Formats: sequence, structure tokens, C-alpha cells
Amino acid sequence: MTVPAIELKGISKAFGPVQANKDISISVAPGTIHGIIGENGAGKSTLMSILYGFYKADKGEIWINGKKTEIPDSQAAIAAGIGMVFQHFKLVQNFTVLENIILGAEDGGLLKPSLAKARKTLAELAAEYELNVNPDAVIEEIGVGQQQRVEILKALYRQAEILILDEPTGVLTPAEADQLFRILHRLKDEGKTIILITHKLREIMEATDTVSVMRRGEMTATVKTAETSPEHLAELMVGRKVLLRVDKVPAQPGKPILEIENLRVVDDKGVERVKGIDLTVRAGEILGIAGVAGNGQSELLEVLGGMRPGSGAIRLNGAPLPLSGPGSDARARRAAHVAHVPEDRQREGLIMEFHAWENVAFGYHHDPAYQSGIFMNNAALRADTDRKIEKFDVRPADGWLAAKNFSGGNQQKIVVAREIERSPDLLLVGQPTRGVDIGAIEFIHKQIVALRDQGKAVLLVSVELEEIFGLADRIAVMFDGHIMGERLPHETNEKELGLLMAGVNGEAA
Amino acid sequence: MDFLTIIQVLDSTVRLATPLLLACLAGLFSERAGIFDIGLEGKMLMSAFFSAAVAAVTGSVWLGLLAGIAASLVLAGLHGLASITFRGNQLISGVAINFLAAGMTVLIAQDWFQQGGRTPSLIGGGRFGPIDWPLSETLAGVPVVGPVYSELLSGHSILVYIAFLAVPATWWVLFRTRFGLRLRAVGENPAAVDTAGVSVVGLRYAAVMICGVLCGIAGAYLATALQAGFVKDMTAGRGFIALAALIFAKWRPWHAMWACLLFGLLQAIALRFQNIDLGGVVIPVQVMDALPYVLTVVILAGFVGKAIPPRAGGEPYVKER
Repeated sequence: MTVPAIELKGISKAFGPVQANKDISISVAPGTIHGIIGENGAGKSTLMSILYGFYKADKGEIWINGKKTEIPDSQAAIAAGIGMVFQHFKLVQNFTVLENIILGAEDGGLLKPSLAKARKTLAELAAEYELNVNPDAVIEEIGVGQQQRVEILKALYRQAEILILDEPTGVLTPAEADQLFRILHRLKDEGKTIILITHKLREIMEATDTVSVMRRGEMTATVKTAETSPEHLAELMVGRKVLLRVDKVPAQPGKPILEIENLRVVDDKGVERVKGIDLTVRAGEILGIAGVAGNGQSELLEVLGGMRPGSGAIRLNGAPLPLSGPGSDARARRAAHVAHVPEDRQREGLIMEFHAWENVAFGYHHDPAYQSGIFMNNAALRADTDRKIEKFDVRPADGWLAAKNFSGGNQQKIVVAREIERSPDLLLVGQPTRGVDIGAIEFIHKQIVALRDQGKAVLLVSVELEEIFGLADRIAVMFDGHIMGERLPHETNEKELGLLMAGVNGEAA
Repeated sequence: MDFLTIIQVLDSTVRLATPLLLACLAGLFSERAGIFDIGLEGKMLMSAFFSAAVAAVTGSVWLGLLAGIAASLVLAGLHGLASITFRGNQLISGVAINFLAAGMTVLIAQDWFQQGGRTPSLIGGGRFGPIDWPLSETLAGVPVVGPVYSELLSGHSILVYIAFLAVPATWWVLFRTRFGLRLRAVGENPAAVDTAGVSVVGLRYAAVMICGVLCGIAGAYLATALQAGFVKDMTAGRGFIALAALIFAKWRPWHAMWACLLFGLLQAIALRFQNIDLGGVVIPVQVMDALPYVLTVVILAGFVGKAIPPRAGGEPYVKER
């Protein structure tokens, strides 16, 4: 039996009353890829932060290569041969690749010799692991896939033998993700140990040798990947059987509800983000917009939701809706029966400091049902909130709690309840399940499908291909502000969509 | 306007730009590290008073300089404590320091010297005197080169030369050393520095302390070289003009020097030409006096193109999960 590269023994960590990690023990064999899967808030990131010296565990021991090791700070973690690639990259945007790589690992007070050495080492690493980046490129000018490579190179430059990657594929196209996994396998072949943290079952199944499942701060199981299945892992994550596939009958598309013609949108910096698109969403169907984040989907949703002006034409139920000027704001859209579940619920969907019942009113606070003369009828509002909380199974079922005190899934349920319960003609949904646990995903998906089955139109924007495949009746792929193509879910596959998402048009190729 | 007048105005520009330049570089170190500092003014003022007070009492301008730097460092430490250790609001801390300095200096001055909130006039060794470069007497007569050498370059106090040498030094430290790389990184993305195993707190304190030293020199220059003693509110908004120059310079050392020289020039012109007669229309001295401040407002209003401050500026660093 080989000595484990990492062994955690009885790690516990509490933040106030919240027990983020409870008596966690795990052993990772050297030269393997070990997955850690769990829902948001299961304690994966906390555990890895302890391993990287960001937090100190309340209890427990860390053993690296058979030696008990204290890791009070990141410096100690680096010295112990641990490198970490965070979900949100820790790069200095206006520094070059080279400067980012030597930061904190310089050889002496002057930069010149350090930079020269790093340039040479970088060339060697690039050759060894096929990690090619231009050392003189400035970070803010290269893509996220490249930035992630820089993070990996940073760890390798510090001679990391153990590499932790926290949700590494969140920002990548499917093709970039595949490339990342190739690199990881290459690293594994060279004897590095890799810990992959993710909530995506597919990645666990594809990339890892062993997988540990976390739930509510506890390690519920560690199994060989070859001996498990996605369904089994999902059950371990949630603690009950989960329907991974969305259960729905074929769509019965009716008349067009939303018609978009040559829509153009310019962002705050004056850059055109939506470059003349045409789309139709019919009654009783879900149109899914697939694409890598930042290709104009957000701006599309914003302009439809009345949060940003645009040009071109849109019609709702045949009647034109203004795209700028009076009548184009969010209030007018809501009056026209367009509901909007925004992409970033914490910034645009909720006011985090406000009570749940106050949040339930937002956007609809002009509703006469909530008014009593010149005052708000808070009692009516609270009663309405209690109804919604019950129907959508929001936990804890307490309308007086501030929005920030709910978990991501329950926050999203509040937003979805507010929007769907208005029975809108058109529902705009952006990333409905980002940061939402599997149990709540299932619930929210059901609600969206139910709305469709009532004959309403749904425009869904998601960067999760699985979600698009599961929910959409028709898929449009967006790249660089254009619609690259439309496909029916049963007539396409992830590979084809992945190419479209990367801007490669199948017909032209 | 003859050549000699131009030289004299430029000479006075250099002297007036010096405190601005020192304060501007002080702010540059602090802000490049992500700590906004509107307390430059207060630190200069405090240093001006203590340097003048100690120089008056001991008769040694060097002890005065040290006292000024020490006083400025105390305020810098206070700012560091508030904004780094306790993660307070950096603007509020800066404002508090300015008020504190404005009140304390006058109060202590009155208590110590009973001269209406000023220090006694400094004489002899209590002031930084001019340093005459070799041969400046001899060369003075040579046309063009002579006056430039003996009037403009020679004959300033040591602190003027320190200020202008601090420009290349700052550039070198920021862009050629490990410390500079880390300093710039901590102002842009402290999380990157933290995960690289370098102390964010340590770097930021270092930057704030350098800022304190430079503000200390700036204040001492005001009271012991430019003037001969401390008077109430003698910084007269120079700390804020230095901040404007810093924004104008987009946080770059060489540009900071040119920006400070521009402000110095405006002050020098206002000093030299009290009432400008433009063929019947007389521009009153108040307009000239107001010019540097007007330019400050114009610059701060963003008429000089987009100035992107260090990205993490003004935000206390909290480790995120």
C-alpha cells in the first residue's frame, strides 16, 4: 500500500453556528485524480481552503506524503507542494503572464533575473505538459481558458505535486473543458496528484479515479469512479433519490408569443454585444439559448426584461414593444406580462438585506392587491408571501428572514415564485439553477415546465448544456452576439453544440 | 518677459512643486498598494508643525526633519490601523486625520510657543539652506546655460534634490524590484498576493509607512525650507492638489513629476504676476491664486481622459471562501 499523498483526519470547521466541515477524513493516493463532489454549501471549498491554509481547522490533522503537516497559511501549503486553482482566478489583470507566475515566488529582490528564469522554466513546462501561453501576454487580454492555464502554471512553477482545482470548468466551453481534462491526465501521468472539486456529475465520471461525496459538511462516501453511476452519486449528494432527467411531455407549440427582429444591444462600454438577432418563442415551448458566458446572452435578457435599451424590433403577442424610451422599462415589461428571473439573483433578483416578504413584492409593488390607500398593505403582502413560501417549499419557511439568510436554492425559489406565480405570457429565465442545489434544481425545472404546459412561452438562457438539453424544446446557440444556429434537442448532441458555442458553424465546416 | 524672468519663474516652480511632488509620490505608494489616502494634507501639516517646532527648540533642522517624519508616521500608522487592520473606510479615516492635524497643530503650537498658533521664525541651522553647485558663481555670466545652471538647477535645498531623485527611485522600486511587483499586485488584486503566500497586511503597511515618510519630508520642507516656521493651515490644500496630480499622472512616477511641475508652475505664476494687465482688462491676483485649485477641479472632474485607479483601491481585503 502506497503512502497517501494527502490524508485528512477528522477535520472539523465551524463558522459561528454553521458547521461547515464535520469530522472529515479522506485519503488521496498519489498519482490519481480524486473528485470531490457535493452541492453548493456542502463544505467542499471550505475543506480545500483548510488544505491550502486559508482557514485553520478547529480540529483534525493534515498528513502530506505520510508526514503530519501544519498548514497555517498559503505559504506553508505551497512549501508542502500544494497548488490551488481557484474558481475565481487569483490573477493580477494588468500584469503579464510572466509577472503573475513569479509573484510571490521571485528569486531575490530584483525582477530581471526572476523573469528570465521564469521564462525559461515556462518554456520547459509548456513543452512537458502542452501548456502553451504567451509569457508576455497581459492577463486581461487573454481568454479564460488561457488564464486558467496560467493558474496551473503558477502552481507547477512552485513545484506543486498536489494540484487542487475548484470548479474549473464553470467558465470554459466544452472544448476547453476537454482540453483541460487532457492536461490533467497528462499531469497525472507525470505523477502529480489532482483533486477536482465540482458539482458536475459528468466531469466526475469522465475525469476521476476516485470520488468522495460531501453533504452538509460531512463526507458521506468515497467510491471508485468505475464502480459508481451518476444516479448513485446524485443520491449520495442529496440524500434521496433524484430525478436527473427533467420529466416532460413533448411541447405543443402554439402561436408566436415573442418575435425578435434584428435586435442589437450595446453595453455600458459602448461595445455591441447583441449583433442583430432574430428569434421567435411560441406559446407552450421553451426556447433554450446556449452559449459560453459573455457572448451576449445577458444583454439579450436585459433588453427583453427592460433593463437596457436596444434597437431593432420585438413584438409580444403581435403587438410591438418599445426597445428604448418610454414604455421600455422593466415596469412596463411586467405590465405587458413579461416576467424575468434575472441571471444574477443576488444583484438583480433580490435585495439581500431585505425580508423575504419585501422581496416578494419587488417589481409588483404597484399591484393594487398590495396597496391600501397611499400605504403598502404589508399584511396582504405577508400573507401572499406565506402562500408562495408554502407552495414553493422555501426553507426555512419564514417570510421575515432576510434574503441573504436563505441558501442559494431557496433564494432562487423566492425569485421564481414571485415571477411564475404571476402567470406571465412570457417568462425570461437566466441561469435558473446557478449555485442551486440538486434538490432545488429539480423543483425549479418542474415549475418552468409546468408554466410551459399552461401554454406560456419561456426563454431560457443557460451556460449549462445539461440544463439546456433537459429543459429546452428548441435550442439556439449564441456566439459573439450572433445566433449561430437553431437545433432541436433530439437532433443534436453536445459536440455539435459545443462547436457552435465556440463559433464554428457546422454547415460551413 | 525677459529670459531671466522665465528662469526665475521656473526656479520658483521647482521650489513650489517640491512639496507637491513628495506628497504625490507618497500617495502613489499608498494608492498603488490599494490604500486610498486623502490624509496626505493632514500628514504634511503635522510634519510641518513638528519639524518647525523641534527645529526652533533644538536649533537643528535635521532633528526637525526627523521629528516631522515621525509625526507623519504616527498618522500614517493610524490610517493603516483604521483601514488595514480594522478594515474601516479609508476616506473617513483620511478625513479624520486631516481634521485631527488641523486642530492639533494649532493647539499644540499655542500651548508651546504662545505665538497665536505659529512657531517662532527659524533662523540659521533651523532651516534647510540652499546648496550651491560647484562653479555656479563662475558660470552665472555665461549666456543661457549660466542662468539655467546657477539659478534653476543650483541653489535649492537638499530636500528639493531628494524629491526629484525620488522620482526615478520610485519608478525603479515599483517596476524593477520584487517589492514593487508585490506592491502593485496588492493594489490590483490582493487575493492573488495572498494565495501566492505573501502577506497582504504586511505589504499594505509597508506602503502606508513609505507614504508617511514622504509626507513627513514634504511637511518639513514646507516649514523649514520653503518657509521659515509653521503657520496655521500652511499646507493650503497641497495634499489635495497632490492627489489631483496623482490622478492626472494616472499613478505613474514620471507623469507625477510633470503633473506636479505643472501645478508648481501655476503657483509660481500666481506668485510672480499678481495682477496681469491684458490691455485694459486686469486679471486680479485672486484669479491667479485660484488657478491651481481650478485645475484640480477640472482634473478631478475627469477632463483629462479616463484614469483607471488601482482596481482594489479603497477596499479592505477580506479573505473570501
